[in-house]
Amino acid sequence: MTAMLRIEGLSKVFYLYERDRLIQGCQDIDLEVSAGEFVGITGRSGSGKSTILRSIYRTYHPQSGVIWYDSQRFGLIDMMQASERQVIYLRRYEIGYVSQFLSVLPRTTAFDTVLQSALESTLIDRQNGSAHYNRAVSETERLLRHFNLDEELWSLYPLTFSGGEKLRLNIAAAMIKRPRLLLLDEPTASLDKASKFKVRELIEQLKEGGCTMLGIFHDLEFMEGLCDREYSMHEGFVDAASRQ
Amino acid sequence: MSEQPFTGTLRLVFANAMSEQPVLTVSRLSSSFGSTCDYCKNSKAQLDRNVCPVCGTIHALREVSIEVFSGEILGIVGESGSGKSTLMRCICFDQRASAGSVTTELVDQGKTNLLECSAQQKRAIRNTLFGMVYQNPWLGLRMDFSAISNIAEQMIASGNRNVKEMRERSLYLLDKVNIPLRRAGDAPREFSGGMQQRVQIAKALSNNPPILLLDEVTTGLDLSVQATVLDLILSLRRDLNVSMIVVSHDLAVIRMLADRTSVMLDGKIIEHGLTDQIMEDPQHPYTQQLVHSLL
Repeated sequence: MTAMLRIEGLSKVFYLYERDRLIQGCQDIDLEVSAGEFVGITGRSGSGKSTILRSIYRTYHPQSGVIWYDSQRFGLIDMMQASERQVIYLRRYEIGYVSQFLSVLPRTTAFDTVLQSALESTLIDRQNGSAHYNRAVSETERLLRHFNLDEELWSLYPLTFSGGEKLRLNIAAAMIKRPRLLLLDEPTASLDKASKFKVRELIEQLKEGGCTMLGIFHDLEFMEGLCDREYSMHEGFVDAASRQ
Repeated sequence: MSEQPFTGTLRLVFANAMSEQPVLTVSRLSSSFGSTCDYCKNSKAQLDRNVCPVCGTIHALREVSIEVFSGEILGIVGESGSGKSTLMRCICFDQRASAGSVTTELVDQGKTNLLECSAQQKRAIRNTLFGMVYQNPWLGLRMDFSAISNIAEQMIASGNRNVKEMRERSLYLLDKVNIPLRRAGDAPREFSGGMQQRVQIAKALSNNPPILLLDEVTTGLDLSVQATVLDLILSLRRDLNVSMIVVSHDLAVIRMLADRTSVMLDGKIIEHGLTDQIMEDPQHPYTQQLVHSLL
């Protein structure tokens, strides 16, 4: 198996000018994810787990290190050096990110939120427009059903949803794009047991479909049997004793 | 999940778009008010904010460079007086730039500096290529003409002579920006500020311009109208692949709309990046201050 993602010596600190303070993100991280693998990251909150994921997604700009990603379109590419346009392309077609927080357009229904996400990665074809549209619609319906999102909710605004409903919608919107690499930032936090199983089921399906995943989980036991390897973080470092 | 990802052919289309040149390239654009002296002619000279300490010249823009790609929304944020509006006005020829170039691949494959075109060419470019929405509706509309003739004027300027077609298009656009059609014949002078702004947007869209310049479009609109306008902007990008530069000091609007964002301060671009990176991990002290002021 070849490495889909290889991180070498990644360090990130935040400097707050107004308070003249240095905040430690993560330090000297080495990490590798092979194609088709599902790798978990555990650790206490504040230990720098999310910093790694966000650096891969280029939301953060790390100070040093390299993040090699084996892209379908660009070949081996360092996410830190990639151009902004390349990152936009990768985010649209290859790398997905699920966070605990939902950000949606105002006055956009739950159904449209997921549909837009599907269309975003299909829209540009004008000839086959309607076929793609119909396919996106049926896929949206299928995913929302899978997540047990009540059909009555589909035409409502997600702002009024409960935390768990929002999260399920969030995951649906990210997963419908079927990314090659999926970054999961605590996708099961604040979910009840039944919903957690739904998420697990979907992750299983994605894994069978060959999707590579790197995820942060508080309750890794829950992912038992699914997770191929895990790294455990402590105060910005990856613990040497990480279970392999 | 279905067996096949439904993105196959589209990747190719987008892949071609990726190798394209930017639709609009602004390169080292400068604009100053005053006589300029030997001291401030040097682009690296230390100024008192944007004022030359020797001759008092105001440098509204200092070597600003931006690129906008097809179907992309570029956000520009910054405090008042940082040169955001001047940048927009220089791009659409409202104001004379003192140096620099604006090129677009839609004119002469990007070989011509638009700022050096003749007045006639500039007018043609402005009417067909750019749609401009001003912060102040009084700059973009003729307040004593009816709303519908304001829109028609733009179409006539680009050579349209079919009254029926222009009328239909105007009404369609007014409807799209939620102006009650029975008021189409009224003058914008009699409209509320939000309505004036929306008539301006309809006017800017009349010729289906490939590039839209939006200067504080949602400022001063109430929240529900703001949401409608944001919807409209996003649907233009989605359905017509329109490229846009969106100037705003409302970070929430920028976060929602822009793919990439540039931050301006004292006439210069001090930081640029992916919008979420600017918001989550700002590098420049001023950007940090700006982001941390967000409610």
